Amino acid sequence: MSATRNIDKSKMVVVEGSYSVAHSVKVCRPNVISAYPITPQTHIVEDLSQFMADGEIPNCEYINVESEFSAISALVGSSAAGARSYSATTSQGLELMHEVLFNISGMRLPVVMTVANRAVSAPINIWNDQQDSISQRDTGWIQLYAEDTQEAADMTAQAFKIAEDKDVLLPAMVCMDGFILSHVYEPVILLEQDLVDKYLPPFEPDSVLDPKNPKSFGAFADPSTYTEFRFLQQKAMDKALQKIENAANEFNELFGRYYGGLIEEYETKDAEIIIMAMGSIIGTVKDVIDERRSKGEKIGLLKVRSFRPFPKEAIKRVLKDAKMVVVLDKNISIGLNEGALFTETKSCLYNTYIDVPVAGYMIGHGGRDIPVGTIEKIIDEAKVAMEDGIDIESQFTDVREELI
Amino acid sequence: MSPKSDPKLESKSLLAPGHRGCAGCCDAMAAKFTLMAAGEDCIVVSPTGCLEVMTTPYPETSWEVPWIHSLFENASAVASGIDAALRAKGKLGKTKIIAIGGDGATLDIGMRSISGAFERGHDFTYVCIDNEAYMNTGVQRSGATPFGASTTTSPAGKVSFGNQRPKKNMPAIMVAHGSPYVATTSVGYPKDMIRKVKTATEVEGPTYVHAHAPCTTGWGFDTSKTVEIAKLAVETALWPMFEIENGELTKVRKIKNPKPVEDYLKMQRRFKHLFTKEGGEAEIKKIQALADKNVVDFGL
Repeated sequence: MSATRNIDKSKMVVVEGSYSVAHSVKVCRPNVISAYPITPQTHIVEDLSQFMADGEIPNCEYINVESEFSAISALVGSSAAGARSYSATTSQGLELMHEVLFNISGMRLPVVMTVANRAVSAPINIWNDQQDSISQRDTGWIQLYAEDTQEAADMTAQAFKIAEDKDVLLPAMVCMDGFILSHVYEPVILLEQDLVDKYLPPFEPDSVLDPKNPKSFGAFADPSTYTEFRFLQQKAMDKALQKIENAANEFNELFGRYYGGLIEEYETKDAEIIIMAMGSIIGTVKDVIDERRSKGEKIGLLKVRSFRPFPKEAIKRVLKDAKMVVVLDKNISIGLNEGALFTETKSCLYNTYIDVPVAGYMIGHGGRDIPVGTIEKIIDEAKVAMEDGIDIESQFTDVREELI
Repeated sequence: MSPKSDPKLESKSLLAPGHRGCAGCCDAMAAKFTLMAAGEDCIVVSPTGCLEVMTTPYPETSWEVPWIHSLFENASAVASGIDAALRAKGKLGKTKIIAIGGDGATLDIGMRSISGAFERGHDFTYVCIDNEAYMNTGVQRSGATPFGASTTTSPAGKVSFGNQRPKKNMPAIMVAHGSPYVATTSVGYPKDMIRKVKTATEVEGPTYVHAHAPCTTGWGFDTSKTVEIAKLAVETALWPMFEIENGELTKVRKIKNPKPVEDYLKMQRRFKHLFTKEGGEAEIKKIQALADKNVVDFGL
């Protein structure tokens, strides 16, 4: 199924990306919001605070915490007490949460958090890349990446549905590129309360902190039991693969918008070269593909919406007939000289019959602009590599040699 | 007198036996007294530490009330979230929320978390079980380790008399946060501790009870001596017991004739060097001066 967009213009309003996400959070009827301000996440939590001040979120408490560490820690308590729980952060704030992120997933608490993706220090930089959330990939959180503000808003409701599913019960991050999506004003359809109420059932977990039925949360597990907790987290991630598809399909039925489930394919059917990426860079890549397609070049795009769980089978199915794959990453594993999507794509093709060269480009670090010309250049290099083989397997993009 | 003999107190122990605490464990006593005070309608948050480890070896638990452990440094934030959840769901007002953690989890690594939660005014009670070092990991120095104590990271040695800093004054810090009720107590005085925790849970807002808690393994004394040592800390004026309500010192446990601090120190391995090492007498005098100051400051 290809992407569909309900664009009833009479329903569209021009709002900031942060507002559309905050609105989505509001209509998802959260019980506890706990957040600490950090650029470029601030507008989301400011909008939510204003909703609270205007009495627009019933049965909800907003905790103005003293740090991101406590922001997410408070949600351990609130979620365990049966409250639908939400936070938002980015960059340094997300890294400060690191220890708690493992804890929330291990305790199987379906917290949802928006990450307005931003580079990490040093050097300090407030602009967009995806190093922050990629660095949390092994914490046991579902990670979804949005292409534009409408998708970020819609994905928020989907994230609650996926996370709270009793077969899943894992926390979920909705990742949206900082500034590029959080601060852009675009026409969007704000999620309708009545439709969200149909889409998202109330949060009613089986295990809660309740004096009438006392249970212990967060026990001490020795080597005889610890492994099984990890095993079951992985099983839950496996189940989430289908739940993410289901959540996208059900959303489409009610709202008329669909962006793919785990992945979205764009012009991949007969594509010789397939570009892979996540987040707002997708828009630029689609524009370049449109232009190249008009010249008869067989180029397609594989947009990864779900980075965790990693959709290995879906990716293999799309790449199996390609002649060349190019992966764009707004992150780097320093010391490996590769971005995470690139590494993991290569990994999932290994031990299969699929034999396609894969080249990686690390791009857009610290908010470095990604102009159309850069994508054009990457495609031109891919065309050469497709014929002659890969010269450089993984590389930085648009490095300013004069600064080195 | 056993606290169970007082009909006004809960008779059923909400901390089930079979936990892995040492004989003479101060944590088990503190937890039991806290639950006697709180009753069944409470939710308990524990940071990482001895109490958490010894009471919840999966799949077993000693807790007969809902209980949650997240991490070492975030118990007060977790309690904040529970408070918010109960508030949002209209359940606030009956169920008591109690965080109960060790000194390291409270006044060292948990300082940010407890400070934020008290500043925000969440309705919960924090009980600090102060055994004056990181006992769970093997007796390392904390900010609550007293002057002159030898720990594994502040050991006495050829050129050292052990920890050279006084205890962080956590009760004063919590008073400075505007807490409506701050009290000190001791596991050596069960009725005092139960009364103070009960009062704390009944006062609205963030309240704080700091319980002095001798640790048999960490301090180095016989497992039968926990209460005796706890009482000596009070009787020597090294551990003043008081209540501060809305910033005012309202109640103090008076001591008729304070005993010399040697009576307390000599019973513990952690202070042994003060009696065997040259120059130890001068160090003991400094500790006596701390006790004398408590007598003056609190009118003991």
